[in-house]
Amino acid sequence: MIGAILLLTLMGLILGTALGYAAKAFHVEGNPLVEEVSQMMPGTQCGQCGFAGCTPAAEAIVNGDAEVTCCPPGGTSLAASLAKKLGIDIKLDSLQEGVVFAHINSALCTGCTRCYKVCPTDAIVGANKQIHMVINAACTSCRRCVEACPENCIDMLPEQATLDTWYWPKPKAA
Amino acid sequence: MAFFSPFRGGVHPDSFKELSATLPIMRLPIPPQLFVPLRQHAGSDAVAIVEPGSHVLKGQLIARAGNGLSAPVHAPTSGIVAAITPVTAAHPSGMKSNAIIIKPDRKDTPVKVPTLLDPFKLPRDELAQKIADAGIVGMGGASFPAAVKLSSAIDRHVETIVINGSECEPYLTADDRLMTERAEKIILGARLIRHVVGAQKIAIAIEDNKPNAISAMQKAAVGEQQLEIVVVPTRYPMGSAKQMIKAVTGHEVPAGGRSSDVGVLMHNVATAYAIAEALAESKPLTSRIVTVSGGAIVRPQNVEALIGTPARYLIEFCGGTVNTPTRLLLGGPMMGHVVQSLDVPLIKGVAGILALTDHEITNPQASPCIRCGRCVSACPMGLVPLEMANRSKHGDFDGANDYGLSDCILCGSCAYVCPSHIPLVHYFQYAKGHLNSQTAQSKRMQYTRQLAETRQERIDKAAAAKAAAKAAKANRRKRSPAKTEKSPQGES
Amino acid sequence: MISAPHAHDHSSVNRVMLHVCLALIPCTAYSIYLFGYAALNLFCLTILSSVLWESLCLKLRGVPQTQLHDHSALLTGWLLALTLPPWAPYWIAIGGSFIAIVIGKQLYGGLGQNLFNPAMLARVALLISFPVQMTTWPLASADWTMFNFIEGMQITAGLYAVPDSVTGATALGHLKTELSAGGHAVHILQNDFSALAGFLGNLPGSLGETSALLILLGGCWLLLMRIISWHIPLSMLITVAVLAAIFHAIEPARYAPPSFHLLTGGLMLGAFFIATDLVTSPSSKGGQLVFGTGCGATVFVIRTWGNFPEGVAFAVLFMNALTPLIDLYLRPRIYGRTRKGTPAKTSYTSKTDTE
Repeated sequence: MIGAILLLTLMGLILGTALGYAAKAFHVEGNPLVEEVSQMMPGTQCGQCGFAGCTPAAEAIVNGDAEVTCCPPGGTSLAASLAKKLGIDIKLDSLQEGVVFAHINSALCTGCTRCYKVCPTDAIVGANKQIHMVINAACTSCRRCVEACPENCIDMLPEQATLDTWYWPKPKAA
Repeated sequence: MAFFSPFRGGVHPDSFKELSATLPIMRLPIPPQLFVPLRQHAGSDAVAIVEPGSHVLKGQLIARAGNGLSAPVHAPTSGIVAAITPVTAAHPSGMKSNAIIIKPDRKDTPVKVPTLLDPFKLPRDELAQKIADAGIVGMGGASFPAAVKLSSAIDRHVETIVINGSECEPYLTADDRLMTERAEKIILGARLIRHVVGAQKIAIAIEDNKPNAISAMQKAAVGEQQLEIVVVPTRYPMGSAKQMIKAVTGHEVPAGGRSSDVGVLMHNVATAYAIAEALAESKPLTSRIVTVSGGAIVRPQNVEALIGTPARYLIEFCGGTVNTPTRLLLGGPMMGHVVQSLDVPLIKGVAGILALTDHEITNPQASPCIRCGRCVSACPMGLVPLEMANRSKHGDFDGANDYGLSDCILCGSCAYVCPSHIPLVHYFQYAKGHLNSQTAQSKRMQYTRQLAETRQERIDKAAAAKAAAKAAKANRRKRSPAKTEKSPQGES
Repeated sequence: MISAPHAHDHSSVNRVMLHVCLALIPCTAYSIYLFGYAALNLFCLTILSSVLWESLCLKLRGVPQTQLHDHSALLTGWLLALTLPPWAPYWIAIGGSFIAIVIGKQLYGGLGQNLFNPAMLARVALLISFPVQMTTWPLASADWTMFNFIEGMQITAGLYAVPDSVTGATALGHLKTELSAGGHAVHILQNDFSALAGFLGNLPGSLGETSALLILLGGCWLLLMRIISWHIPLSMLITVAVLAAIFHAIEPARYAPPSFHLLTGGLMLGAFFIATDLVTSPSSKGGQLVFGTGCGATVFVIRTWGNFPEGVAFAVLFMNALTPLIDLYLRPRIYGRTRKGTPAKTSYTSKTDTE
């Protein structure tokens, strides 16, 4: 009986000391994860996630205040890599697939240049009084142009699958 | 069942080759309209260089190769270009892609052929260019531009040319008939390939269920140096490059590597034939032999048809269909894909058009996996299909990769033997597609990120310049009364 | 959208299960002949209640009743019936099939999801809970005519006291008792055991323990039809035989010879029908060899040194628990890769390179 009490006390002492030491020795200032995650973000500061920019969003994601799926431009690929980085389980196939792109209705566009001034990736080309166009490859679907357009002539349209991008849909459940 | 096993796993599907194996190849009359797709190969679309309304001659270049990996397209016969418009593509998605529609004038006037030179005396790179210009792609199904494969093999010390005459897919007998009837030209093609890449040996591999093809090829090969007809056991997927190389040379192609890593360059017999035609007769690839077969076809047979011939016309030539076929396939039943419409045109890589009846396909409802492990035994790559499918189903694509998704050749052996009828290959197609699109997405994100950074830099610079200008202006104004204050740092 | 392949070998789960049932017919019929109406009652009752439990679970889970057509419940019930004492009362059959189907299978998520062999789970649960009922074995000399139909019904209903004179211990049980009483294995076996009887099946035991010959026949049929592969049965039988031979050679007084081990108890049934259960055994051939060897070794250990005379059920359950681990570590080697999964170095050396 006494032996057991002594043994447990001793174990408690040793383990407690070890823990205390570890806490001091491996103490980390700040969170390096935030920096890493912020590097992974698109960096367009589009604000669709509801945060002021990519770095605040990264902070929120690391702290668990935001979902890894909160970034529309990053899409499933970003969500997957973030989940892997942070050790979170997400069901990727349940995420909404299908990227949307800004599309300028050329019948309504007046060439006011407001949209391309706000585009964070210079994805809109055109000149004053000329109809503008969106380069899909550069569009992050941040919708800033939609808000900026005085003619309401920009729509977000889903990406059209091509023979190159098409792939088999998920089989229907057995 | 052979005691000697050329490769792991594999299956023995019912061959149904007897439907068409003994009938000679028939030449299809010129159809009333040809739909020549701009994409008949792996890589980017060819670029049309003819206008609607222009007259083209047989063999004339009508679309040049696109950027990067691509192949040109030639007019299969003489006639008028009616339009360049999207038509149903020979693709599982059923989407449309651009095609040049030719209204044949039925004269079949060929373009002028330059004087033929002995191809064995020409420089190798010139020959490779000629093969590229002839629009030759792998005709066994993968449709990889043949010249690209050749040029990369030239620098990589290829020792053996393997000519794939296994034709392991059920129903298909196009290669079988080609070997039986036109053995000499295949051997000429093989020798030309060997000459182009500077290899030593040729091995022509034929499955042992094609005795006629074997004897014809052996007869044609008499007296050839360093050329061997290798009879391989009949087992699906013998025609897959990795399995065939293992069966013929005993070597395994390392994961992520190429055939040339084990000193092999492999081409299909039909490709070898096309190469012989291109180099010895200066004929571009504008026709191919295709098996039209299946229980729903009245007269199954092999047909030599022009590229761009609609499937409907081919089937009508073979007597049409009995009742309505349950499933219409391009390619064989193991790896071919369903087409919804009979309007889909014949392209360079399609070796078969099959119209199957209800008895020939089994696709009842999938039931739960009973973990019987038949798929594991059948997989020629040594993967664990049941785990890969299970993980793909639940969105764990990395897990699926861990069990070998990236090594999967989509041969369908696993789904063929699955007693639960689980669409395993469909799961793998889906998972592979998903992973590819993710890679594309993250590539695009890197690109947009860079764009955003460039823009930010530009804005910063512009702001700095503006600030500097403002400060300079202020300085000029202030110059007389007070001393200059330098560096307007606070504003940048 | 339908993906390739468009051809199939026409196999189905239902066919697999029916083939196994077919393979079980000879030994079942013979055993029922040996043990009479009561055994027939028990057999039918177990299967019927298994199917009913399955049907109920499917209904509760909202799965269409058509899934009964896979006949997996029929097979589970059949296998369970073969491991019960032939004259066991009705509630053993109903309770056993409840454990097998409801707890052993459906609670895990139904067909294909269970970790343990349902029939073996039920048998072990019954054996531990009702040791008396589960170890009362009729003598095999008792034949079809011993009890009439009415008496058979009464036995199954638990209303007929079976006289002790027609019950006895199984060969394994007898050996264990005698050995612990200080007997000499060779002598015991010489007096009370005939290998021929074990082979043909005239020994007390459950329905599935009687004729090694008929079970072997069924097993060969399964091998021939490629429902099972040889890996598990062969490795399991060989392991038991080799271990028995070694120990018998060392100390014949305490250890029975291989022939005794192979021909008695549920080893044959276990090797061909139980351990080979598709769901709960490893899916790769290498894994199956390990699984079979493990089963064999565990059977021998339990029979020789354990508390129970027979260990097939325990051995199979034990190895079932290890199956996920075996499946994780013993995967086939991927083409073009090393066993570790890294790209293999090619065995090919170019002549031009070496020159």
